[in-house]
Amino acid sequence: MSNTTTNVASTASSDNNKRGAAILTKEEARFARRELRRHKMTAFALVVPLLVFISFAFVAPILTMLHQGYYSPVVADLIPQTLEKLESWDGQGQPDKRVLTSMAIDLKRLAADRTSGKLAAEINRHKPGASSMVKSTARKLRRKDDADLAQNGAALLLAANKSWADAKTWQAVQKAGKIYTDGFYLTALDLERTFEGEIQIREATQIYIQLYTKTLRMALVITLMCLVLGYPLAYFLANAPSKTSNMLMIFVLLPFWTSLLVRTTAWIALLQTNGVVNSFLMELHVISEPLDMLYTEFSTIIAMTHILLPFMILPLYSVMKGIDKSYMRAAMSMGAKPIPAFLKVYLPNTLPGLSAGALLVFIISVGYYITPALVGGTDGQMISNIIAFHMQQSNNWGLAAALGTMLLILILTLYWVYDRFVGASNIKLG
Amino acid sequence: MSQPFPSYYTLWHKAGSYALKFTAFAVLFFLIVPIIVIIPLSFNAEPYFTFTKGMVTFEPSAYSMRWYDAIVTNPNWLLAIKNSFIIGFFATIVATTLGTMAAVGLSSQRMPYKRLIMALLLSPMIVPLIIIAAGMFFFYSKFGFAGTYTGLIIAHAALGVPFVIITVTATLSGFDRSLYFAGLSMGASPLKTFFDVVVPLIRPGVISGAMFAFVTSFDEVVLVLFLAGPGQRTIPRQMFSGLREQINPTILAVATLLIMVSVAFLITLEFLRRRSERLRGLESPH
Repeated sequence: MSNTTTNVASTASSDNNKRGAAILTKEEARFARRELRRHKMTAFALVVPLLVFISFAFVAPILTMLHQGYYSPVVADLIPQTLEKLESWDGQGQPDKRVLTSMAIDLKRLAADRTSGKLAAEINRHKPGASSMVKSTARKLRRKDDADLAQNGAALLLAANKSWADAKTWQAVQKAGKIYTDGFYLTALDLERTFEGEIQIREATQIYIQLYTKTLRMALVITLMCLVLGYPLAYFLANAPSKTSNMLMIFVLLPFWTSLLVRTTAWIALLQTNGVVNSFLMELHVISEPLDMLYTEFSTIIAMTHILLPFMILPLYSVMKGIDKSYMRAAMSMGAKPIPAFLKVYLPNTLPGLSAGALLVFIISVGYYITPALVGGTDGQMISNIIAFHMQQSNNWGLAAALGTMLLILILTLYWVYDRFVGASNIKLG
Repeated sequence: MSQPFPSYYTLWHKAGSYALKFTAFAVLFFLIVPIIVIIPLSFNAEPYFTFTKGMVTFEPSAYSMRWYDAIVTNPNWLLAIKNSFIIGFFATIVATTLGTMAAVGLSSQRMPYKRLIMALLLSPMIVPLIIIAAGMFFFYSKFGFAGTYTGLIIAHAALGVPFVIITVTATLSGFDRSLYFAGLSMGASPLKTFFDVVVPLIRPGVISGAMFAFVTSFDEVVLVLFLAGPGQRTIPRQMFSGLREQINPTILAVATLLIMVSVAFLITLEFLRRRSERLRGLESPH
């Protein structure tokens, strides 16, 4: 909120600059500057509490997630001694005896602490199948006594499992032991690093690139469906008499304000095997066997189209409302056929609303979680669901964070595009 | 559409116009029917998600209130309802207070870095919830906030902030500054002018911002999934696990109640919009 004094002062000082004549005395100019600064400070002071709050509640968590994507201290914390000794290994053949002995001692300790499973899981990410090898070795070494281990640790380790003689095992240990790693990001891009340090396409499983493609494809299909369904409706509402359009607008706004879970529940009730749609179609004898519609990509796309459709209709409607009806009439009275007139006159005028709606729907659907999780089954899962899977089930937080970072970069790029073409501050509600 | 066709309309024009009308109504049908269907289904006497023979022929015995009874007799649902209101209430207070203050500051012409700060404050609305949830899980765990009411309230308040900023900024942008200066010229202090002149005028914006913040929290489930302990389950969280584990019409009854809540919400919002337009008087372009 600005104040009269400042207003007068700033007008005066700008006049001052224009004319180059001293209207204000030095004293007055200093006063005006101080006032201006005071107002800046007041405005800023009002914003600071929220900035502090958002930094703690929102920005810091996001930064923590970015950090988690390349920080993995688990193995380094579990077997520090072994890793230190392993540093001098050249990567060929079996490492030094001291390394093997140290590993045997570490494994015994981990087995006693019941943390050998953690180590096994981490190493397994770099060498599939290593998990059971590590666990069984730890079990066998648990009963050996310390003096024996210090003396013949290497031999006991090799006796427990001959994989410990394999260079690949130790390469995996070394990789897992890095505190700062680009491994999660590489995995998230279906890449891996060879022991020599070259980046190559991951040999084992390539799923993530496919997952991004699929997520983007589904988001695109949903956006197109929203466009195809939303455009005619918005056009109809914008051109209908205001009494009709106000009443019909309720049909758009009610779904918009209805809980996401409610709308997802509705689609489960409609699409499940014994659901409303199947019963209806069977009653009409269109089908004799119920269709499997729920828990597929199809149901995810339908439900998400339904959920996101208002985001397309509302910006389109508000833009179309502002287009003068006489434009189309003029074009047609000059002899243009309806379709060319529409394409050349009406459609270009609706582009701001169209791009706003389409980008919004696309941005929201790329990062969607709940609906695919509930109605998606196995083939309707999107990138968010895989992030949740790594957070909650496989407990691979580093990979979850790396995948999250990729998604964040994607979204921010789209948001930047949105801001450029539509303007983020033009977001309107209802 | 209801007006008679202009004389230069050919048969094709008319056919096109009817086709448009048909398409529009088909889309409206697609939008509203899934939500309407839930309501009668929630009175099903059988534990199914579909219409039974009796329901179609309107036999009274095919309908019952048993799923509504199931809500009020189930301590989990009651706890969830209580939690939703507690978390929603406090998150709204935090978001509205901080958000309104910031919006007032941001609408000042003297505010430095306005665009950057605005983009930052609006970003919780754009970043996918799963990313926010993962980040908050990592970060809040360090402070012991995971699995507490405090953690969820902070998290939900952060999500509500953009809505408060948007609605209050919108009201302030239509605000006639000369009213504020009039107050000052009459000798009132800036603070008194703010509370006596500005606040009553931006109140509709603040209230609708608060309502958006509340609904955001009330409807939010992803952050709850990651941050809440068993004691903080909210209504959407309870519905989420209900839909995953044991689907029964209790969820439909809850859904019906939630639809009623959104109808009430929609009516209030419309009322506020009209009031705001009336208060701002002749400025309104429509």
